[in-house]
Amino acid sequence: MTALLTAIGAAAAFLAVTTADTATAAASTTLVDAQIVEVYVFLLAAFTGFQIITKVPPLLHTPLMAATNAISAISLVASIVIAGAERPFFINVMGMVAVAAATINVVGGFVITDRMLKMFKKTEAPK
Amino acid sequence: MIDQQIGALFVQIAYIGASAAFILGLRGLTKPDTARRGMQLAAVGMLLAIIGTLLNHEIVTYQFIIIGLVVGSAIGLPMGLLVPMTAMPQRIAISHMFGALAVTLVGIAEFVHYRDVPGGPGVVKMIALGFETLFGALTITGSFMAFGKLQGFITGRPVTFPGQKLINAAVFLGAVGLYVTLVLTQSGGATGDAGLIMFAIMTVLALVIGVTLVLPIGGADMPVVVSLLNSYAGLAASATGFAIGNNILIVAGALDGASGFILSILMSKAMNRSFANVLFGAFGGEKAAVSAKSAEGLTTRSVTPEEAAMRIGYARNVIIVPGYGMAVAQAQHAVRELAELIEKRGGRVRFAIHPVAGRMPGHMNVLLAEANVPYDHLFDLEEINEEFHACDVALVLGANDVTNPAAKNDPGSPIYGMPILNVQDAEQVIVVKRGMATGFAGIENELFYLDKTSMLFGDAKSVLSQVVTEVKGL
Repeated sequence: MTALLTAIGAAAAFLAVTTADTATAAASTTLVDAQIVEVYVFLLAAFTGFQIITKVPPLLHTPLMAATNAISAISLVASIVIAGAERPFFINVMGMVAVAAATINVVGGFVITDRMLKMFKKTEAPK
Repeated sequence: MIDQQIGALFVQIAYIGASAAFILGLRGLTKPDTARRGMQLAAVGMLLAIIGTLLNHEIVTYQFIIIGLVVGSAIGLPMGLLVPMTAMPQRIAISHMFGALAVTLVGIAEFVHYRDVPGGPGVVKMIALGFETLFGALTITGSFMAFGKLQGFITGRPVTFPGQKLINAAVFLGAVGLYVTLVLTQSGGATGDAGLIMFAIMTVLALVIGVTLVLPIGGADMPVVVSLLNSYAGLAASATGFAIGNNILIVAGALDGASGFILSILMSKAMNRSFANVLFGAFGGEKAAVSAKSAEGLTTRSVTPEEAAMRIGYARNVIIVPGYGMAVAQAQHAVRELAELIEKRGGRVRFAIHPVAGRMPGHMNVLLAEANVPYDHLFDLEEINEEFHACDVALVLGANDVTNPAAKNDPGSPIYGMPILNVQDAEQVIVVKRGMATGFAGIENELFYLDKTSMLFGDAKSVLSQVVTEVKGL
């Protein structure tokens, strides 16, 4: 339950940033405000992560690593922008390599996590 | 303009949805029966975030993105589908490298980009950019070294040389010094050529740190290293979020960072090391010299597979303690067969799993799950340690240091204070082991010399297969 509440909190902070971003367009002096909100987002997410992950049983620690690794391959999002934005050729190429590296983790990470989790079974009811 | 704002709003909504999916997905992992569905939800979140990003108005060309996505999928999919469970530690280590590589490239690209922006990145963005590149770069080489050690093409023994700590300290201070200088010079304005050179040297030094950080670390300490690199990769991703003002990166990176951090702490606790000791990579170094108790004058009793089968076959309550030896011999299927056989004969079998057994957190659980051992037969240290009293036979399978009673009763031992499995409390102990070589800590295990202990020498897989055949014939 706490986890859910924190998740909602994080989402709220997220929305606040979106609004702050629009505000910065109007007055660039509020840039620092946006960055403070980013710190909030980080703290709330880290706190939520702590709360949830301490509850993950040692049984599932390897799938947990594979899963968080796949999730942190969200850096794909940043790589995509660099590969596709109007930048010098070599920067786009760097972005392309970054996209490839992150995609390996997204695709491979989720597939392998699922493969692992599929293996964890309870004792079958006696036949 | 209006279109652009609606587009931006859509991207943000996709990101919020993805964040929620990630958090709920990880929450699924707290229970084995909800784990799979949770991760599928997280994958959907990821897809949502990617689609949202492709609609970003900054993107003008798609060919680089498409090539990257295709190449990445072409490598990632077979890696995900084909890598055997036994190679999981290597696979986890190398995936940290890919994640860090993406983050570092983004960091470098952003830094170079700011050369064209009047005023440069500014102090706050530079803090994030520098952190991202520093941690990203050291995670690239660190993970690659860990991968090499686990795969076996870099020696698993700790590599040390005179003056190592001094050199490491110099490289570390150099990189941090450049980082601080880069941040401080940002208040002056644009990023000049000097800044670019400093940034390049800092990145190279960080790459060197990754190598020197993992080089002196031995194989059995890998669970800590792998967890720590997991945390670094996450923190670097989070820093990327700060650098480019993207919240989904901050959230996902923070989740990964927290997870790696928690695992590192759990692993270092399970080895009775302080977290600082782990952070500065001081482990694995001086141990070889400390050989606490010598085995002189002590004798072991060895048994044949037939004798072992007699004892195991008639036992009512068996606890199996797997270790890295089981993984090396790939004996998990033979173990499962033995366990099923004992259960058929009316005995009870449980598995006792030490947190640092193997080469990564949860290594034994994955191997046994792969061999179809139901997860309700797998127990953590705390859950099962009191149960050894009531157990007829404890079968130690390629585990050593995690069963050494010296951790409890010999204050002079290098592993004193480390939590161990109380195997010595069992009525009888059978230890399957290749030879009398010491474990990773380089110390004798007095468990092997107890009267109740019998040694069953040989490769775990072939020995167990023999035991299985014998038990069938009982």
